[in-house]
Amino acid sequence: MAETRIFDGAPEAGFGDYVQLLKPRVMSLVVFTALVGLLVAPVRLHPVEAFAAILFIALGAGAAGALNMWWDADIDAMMKRTRGRPVPSGRVTGSEALGVGMALSGISVVMLGLATNLVAAGLLAFTIFFYAVVYSMGLKRITPQNIVIGGAAGAFPPMIGWVAATGSVSLEAVLMFAVIFMWTPPHFWALALFMKEDYHTAGVPMLTVTHGRRVTRVHVLVYAVLLAPVAIWAAATSLGGPFTMAVSIGLSLWFVKGGFDIWRRDETMAEADKYAVEKAFFRFSLLYLFVIFAAYLVEAALKLNGLGGW
Amino acid sequence: MAFRPPHEIYARRFGRNVGVAVLLVGFVALVFALTVVKVTRGDPMKGFDHVIEPTMVPDPGKTP
Repeated sequence: MAETRIFDGAPEAGFGDYVQLLKPRVMSLVVFTALVGLLVAPVRLHPVEAFAAILFIALGAGAAGALNMWWDADIDAMMKRTRGRPVPSGRVTGSEALGVGMALSGISVVMLGLATNLVAAGLLAFTIFFYAVVYSMGLKRITPQNIVIGGAAGAFPPMIGWVAATGSVSLEAVLMFAVIFMWTPPHFWALALFMKEDYHTAGVPMLTVTHGRRVTRVHVLVYAVLLAPVAIWAAATSLGGPFTMAVSIGLSLWFVKGGFDIWRRDETMAEADKYAVEKAFFRFSLLYLFVIFAAYLVEAALKLNGLGGW
Repeated sequence: MAFRPPHEIYARRFGRNVGVAVLLVGFVALVFALTVVKVTRGDPMKGFDHVIEPTMVPDPGKTP
């Protein structure tokens, strides 16, 4: 009997393509911030519970990523950076991405609820809903403030980590949320200034396209200035201590200075040095968030040894 | 009876199948570990049974 093979052009999806659906790079940031939220909380979880909590928070974030890839396949197909993703490249069908996203959403929420508590599970469910429905389906294609709204979804993981340990939302959890929420817009708009992506082809209203680069520079500065008091307030709560306060003040001042440098420049100056200042600000913004959250962790470790804290 | 050579899909899907197998085994191990932790610590799981367990109901006369 002759063997029949069908070649439909698209290469078959491997296991890695399904992993790509979950946006592993975003997940790594989620793992880090959720882990910090969980470890700095005043309640200790058993290591197995803590591991399960982080795993299912990350899986929930991955599920939201898969739903986003299902919904945004049309946009992704039009932009160079995202054209190679599993759905637009045809390796994974849209309905498969939808299925993976829905199944993992359910598994991650139920398992987080069983491993820790229902408040954390509810927050995770809300985060997935917020990212997939409110952001991806709702506001991303409508408003140039889409980055601000998407940032809220990225700001939830440390709060969920905290709630997984303590069972309730407190000021510290809200402030960790607020730090990431205020940090996201300047971080992404700095990137938008020098990446010059083809958002307009895809019809996504990016601030650089809708309101111009001048307005974007103003926005970067305003958010950098607004972030500073939030970060310093967070360091003044039980999250921080003298060490965290010093780190937060120092980094925030430097962040505001970076925002000011961006605001001061126009496109001719930026073109002249190939967006050196914008690129440096973007790199520093990554360092900023990492070091601030690492400082909460260091402060918590110091407190365990009778040092640090207020 | 001669065996027919295996269909090529087994070779083609090998990576995916191994990945799914590892995930499932890992999931079972994690649920088992969670169960061991929660049971040995004595979490109040009897409270969710069909019958009210008198020892699990907080005594209104005592502070917990």
